[in-house]
Amino acid sequence: MDVKVNKKLGLKERYALMTRGLGWDTTYQPMDKVFPYDKFEGIKIHDWDKWEDPFRMTMDAYWKYQAEKERKLYAIIDAFAQNNGHLGVTDARYINTLKLFLTGISPLEYMAHRGFAHVGRQMRGVGPRVACLMQSLDEIRHAQTQIHSMSNYNKYYNGFHDPMHMIERVWYLSVPRSFFDDAYTAGPFEFMIAIGFSFEYVLTNLLFVPFISGAAYNGDMGAMTFGFSAQSDEARHMTLGLECIKFMLEQDPDNLPIVQRWIDKWTWRGTRVLTLVGMMMDYMLPKRVMSWKEAWEIYFEQNGGALFNDLARYGITVPKCAAQAALDKEHVSHQAWATFYQYGAAADFHTWMPSSSEMDWLSEKYPNTFDKYYRPRFEYFAEQHKAGNRFYNLTLPMLCQTCQIPMLFTEPADPTKICYRESDYKGEKYHFCSDGCKEIFDHEPEKYIQAWLPVHQIHQGNCFDPGVDPAAPGFNPLAAVLDHYHINQGRDNMEFEGSEDQRNFAAWRTMAAKN
Amino acid sequence: MSNVFIAFQRTEETRCIIDAILEDNPNAVLNEQPAMVKIDAEGSMTIKRATIEEKIGRSFDLQEMQIHLITLSGHIDETDDEFTLSWQH
Repeated sequence: MDVKVNKKLGLKERYALMTRGLGWDTTYQPMDKVFPYDKFEGIKIHDWDKWEDPFRMTMDAYWKYQAEKERKLYAIIDAFAQNNGHLGVTDARYINTLKLFLTGISPLEYMAHRGFAHVGRQMRGVGPRVACLMQSLDEIRHAQTQIHSMSNYNKYYNGFHDPMHMIERVWYLSVPRSFFDDAYTAGPFEFMIAIGFSFEYVLTNLLFVPFISGAAYNGDMGAMTFGFSAQSDEARHMTLGLECIKFMLEQDPDNLPIVQRWIDKWTWRGTRVLTLVGMMMDYMLPKRVMSWKEAWEIYFEQNGGALFNDLARYGITVPKCAAQAALDKEHVSHQAWATFYQYGAAADFHTWMPSSSEMDWLSEKYPNTFDKYYRPRFEYFAEQHKAGNRFYNLTLPMLCQTCQIPMLFTEPADPTKICYRESDYKGEKYHFCSDGCKEIFDHEPEKYIQAWLPVHQIHQGNCFDPGVDPAAPGFNPLAAVLDHYHINQGRDNMEFEGSEDQRNFAAWRTMAAKN
Repeated sequence: MSNVFIAFQRTEETRCIIDAILEDNPNAVLNEQPAMVKIDAEGSMTIKRATIEEKIGRSFDLQEMQIHLITLSGHIDETDDEFTLSWQH
């Protein structure tokens, strides 16, 4: 007797049934009213079914593998905490990278979660909607796992206590925050380029691969596990970003100039935000895996270059800013650290000057720039500190209207001269750190004149707690701003040498090795 | 031709996946870093379920790679039997 056996469905068939098969066109209301945003950016889509998610992950498989990842991750986090893993990191300076991570990056994961939930709703095609749904879930998972993992440090060290409050106020955190605000307030396709391409493809590979490998190298299993676990999701997200670009370019030739402009804009926005990561890698990891410049060459120049070569067949060209970034890679981490060192009284983490052997490492990794432009300045800072004159800059810096970074970058062709650009708009003058940031502003001035610039807000009196009277005798504006930020003066900030974190770490590590 | 790459956490299970990739892709170059490995290959790289199963000694679903994966680069073509990364230029 013949028994008819239904063959198990293949991956591609399962994916088609679980995505396309579950979608429908609305009939009570026109589709254009239900999905009002996916046309206003000017992107023309003729056939949404041409969207192919190459990973072909369906929801049932997604839950299965994400659950497995979570079990692994929490097992490691528990083991790390149970074993007092925090005392096994190279030295207490390392912990400051986590403070910057928790305050500057983890809140972005939450913003990405909201962004993808929003954008998924706005796409009338079923393929991108499913992919956005999964990414939205991934992003909230990243925020949660990072906060869980780093909450262990919050039991012992200063500066971990209030990331969600700080991201909305603190001056340097406005840099990553404004990147996401900019993306979130764009249309759905631009958001996909900003996050799927710039943030995921360019930025997260640099953050979650060499930096997290560095965290492992410095003995931090907690950061290693949330970092690598997040990046395994990012691999899907990058694929989504790339697919979105290809999809737009294949749908209509009119999409090319719009997409090119977004790629140019967001590559530069991402590059500027990455300055913080460069500084973390070159200055804040006591044991270093590779220099910022080396990481940039592998993940931006080679890997990003491969992507641009691939997109060339659609007419996409390498963003203009890549030429400046190739010069800047030898400078930005040093310039950023010099700035944070000076503004260490207004940061939520400690700063320090590298030791002489660390300066030798920097000389070796940056033969063209470190000894010539930065070492003399750093040795001078270190000497002054030794002589009892630890320098703190108490002025407020001018900020770039677009990326919100203080004017700390130099002219691409002259590393001894600070780079300033400006534009006039409706009778006001606006300042920029670079040609890239000026061009972004000039194309959408109505958007960027609304930027919430921390320094302007301090001057306008918007960064003091209610009831504080700036006209009172003996008023200390810096102290009032730090109170408003929830930074504990003298505990969370200033020099690492002599800090409570340094003392506690040393005392606990000694105790751990003795009866 | 540009390089494609894939990176995994360094664990017992990935040892078998890595061995399978290196066996099936003579152009693949192994790059070991703290807690992770990165495998680069010019043009394309194919990961085969059958080879992994042979090394790992049990049946293996290619989507299980998600658990160990860190990152990758290149266009993906995935079926039940093969996972291919490639650049078309």
